[in-house]
Amino acid sequence: MSDLRELYQQVILDHNKNPRNFRRLEGANRTAEGHNPLCGDQITLYVQIQDDVIGDIGFQGSGCAISRAAASLMTSSVKGKTRAEAEDLFHAFHKMVTTEREAAGDPRALGKLAAFSGVREFPIRVKCATLPWHTLRAALEGKGQKVSTE
Amino acid sequence: MTTIGHPIAETVRQDPAIPFDVERVRQDFPILRERAHGKPLVYLDNAATSQKPQVVIDTLTRYYRAENANIHRGIHYLSERATEAYEGARAAVARFLNAAEPREIVFVRSTTEAVNLVAQSYARPRLQPGDEVVISAMEHHSNIVPWQIVCEQTGAVLRVVPINDAGELVLEEYERLLGPRTRFVAMVHVSNALGTITPVRRIVELAHGRGVPVLLDGAQAAPRLPVDVRALDCDFYAFSGHKAYGPTGIGVLYGKAPLLEAMPPYQGGGDMILSVSFEKTLYNVIPFKFEAGTPHIAGGIGLGAAIGYLTGIGLERIAAYEHGLLAYATERVGAVPGIRLIGTAKEKTGILSFVVKGVHAHDVGTILDQEGIAIRTGHHCAQPVLQRFGVPATARASLAFYNTRAEIDALVAGLHKVRETFA
Ligand SMILES: Cc1ncc(COP(=O)(O)O)c(C=O)c1O
Repeated sequence: MSDLRELYQQVILDHNKNPRNFRRLEGANRTAEGHNPLCGDQITLYVQIQDDVIGDIGFQGSGCAISRAAASLMTSSVKGKTRAEAEDLFHAFHKMVTTEREAAGDPRALGKLAAFSGVREFPIRVKCATLPWHTLRAALEGKGQKVSTE
Repeated sequence: MTTIGHPIAETVRQDPAIPFDVERVRQDFPILRERAHGKPLVYLDNAATSQKPQVVIDTLTRYYRAENANIHRGIHYLSERATEAYEGARAAVARFLNAAEPREIVFVRSTTEAVNLVAQSYARPRLQPGDEVVISAMEHHSNIVPWQIVCEQTGAVLRVVPINDAGELVLEEYERLLGPRTRFVAMVHVSNALGTITPVRRIVELAHGRGVPVLLDGAQAAPRLPVDVRALDCDFYAFSGHKAYGPTGIGVLYGKAPLLEAMPPYQGGGDMILSVSFEKTLYNVIPFKFEAGTPHIAGGIGLGAAIGYLTGIGLERIAAYEHGLLAYATERVGAVPGIRLIGTAKEKTGILSFVVKGVHAHDVGTILDQEGIAIRTGHHCAQPVLQRFGVPATARASLAFYNTRAEIDALVAGLHKVRETFA
């Protein structure tokens, strides 16, 4: 039960209910689609990038609470960041949700994203949390292709 | 003669007059004593795969311990025993489906392979561009994709019978779709996503009225309902061992003998031939013509044991018990606020698909899992069905005759927990 409370932390429940940046971005110059066939999670990401900085970002789609909250918190935390900074966040986030608690370092360095530290106890949910991030990478690489977790 | 199945399988044959004793039946399934996340396991994912009774586990062990040999080829003692056990299992399956003869039973890997076999071996040589294959809107992917492939290969066209809001086949539409170009009908008997029992007798009758053969996908029906292929008069019937309390990797294709005889082999190899030379190869008789290579011998024998076990209890009693449990589950789950049941056909089996308002099925699954409750979430390999109901995923509890009302109560308590978490 305590595991469950760690998974569905208040921040996650809040972002699931009221996702931030949940909109199609008219001025986007990068988009990508992400899909998790296992559970049907589907996300479209809109990024407006200028001089290597993520000026604005939005997302749409449907998915579970984890993927929705992950997209919401990700978009909030990468806005205004450079591409390299976003990439660093991706790696830190990925490490937090996939490695042992001890090895993962201090989650507080990730700010609000630390709310996802409970995901590591639920291996099949890791893909839900990382789907928006993989989609972001695809968008930044500008290949515009569909990413899939499978 | 080797007994097929364990002797115990015969002793459990219960007097139909004695009420079904679920607690006694549960004793036969050792896995039901396991715990999940520290809670008693509540296994409600039976449509994905069923658990195995001790007699099946024992039969597999005994086969590998005392009977293992290749079949149909050895002249030695063990090979003879293994062959007898394997062919005994085939005869048991024939009785189970009320087939006319054991040679109408082809052992395959699964329902999936059975459908592919019929699509490639029966339908493909007969289909011309513009011909039509009819399926329904609630098929499992394994009864869609093989037909799409054969349509692509031949230029034939797939026609899909719609379902109504309850998840029932629209028979008038089916009748309308049966046209002069219809060459084949492939239809699910019990939908894995909705639990709907389709009117198979009528489906076959209408098709035969136009000279069109019918395959029924019995993956969910065979473990849940008495099936009589001769009464149904279907031309092909497919099911999987692992959903019928038997091992994985073994499945059954029933086919009427004249049809099977007229079909070319599906795969080439050993066992499916009578003689081979580089000039000419003579194919074996049915069913061996379709069983190239060393088959899943242990699986076949294990399936025979499962069928012995099921017929010992009696499919009528299994169906009756599950029906009562479904009624209870439908009422209890349906009464949880915010639950929408997907699939409310009048004729249905123990499959309960639902969505929880404001909560994704995946989150429902995770919370229930923490309570030790195993359900399936997602699209259940039947994406077109979910599209029909406008939901990306559902949660699905699928019942077996070893499930209890107390387990349904646990499910309901878990659903309340879901609602609390996402309040
Ligand atoms: C209705 C139906 N048909 C076919 C299949 C495919 O069975 P298998 O994966 O054993 O081939 C399933 C399995 O989920 C099913 O439920």
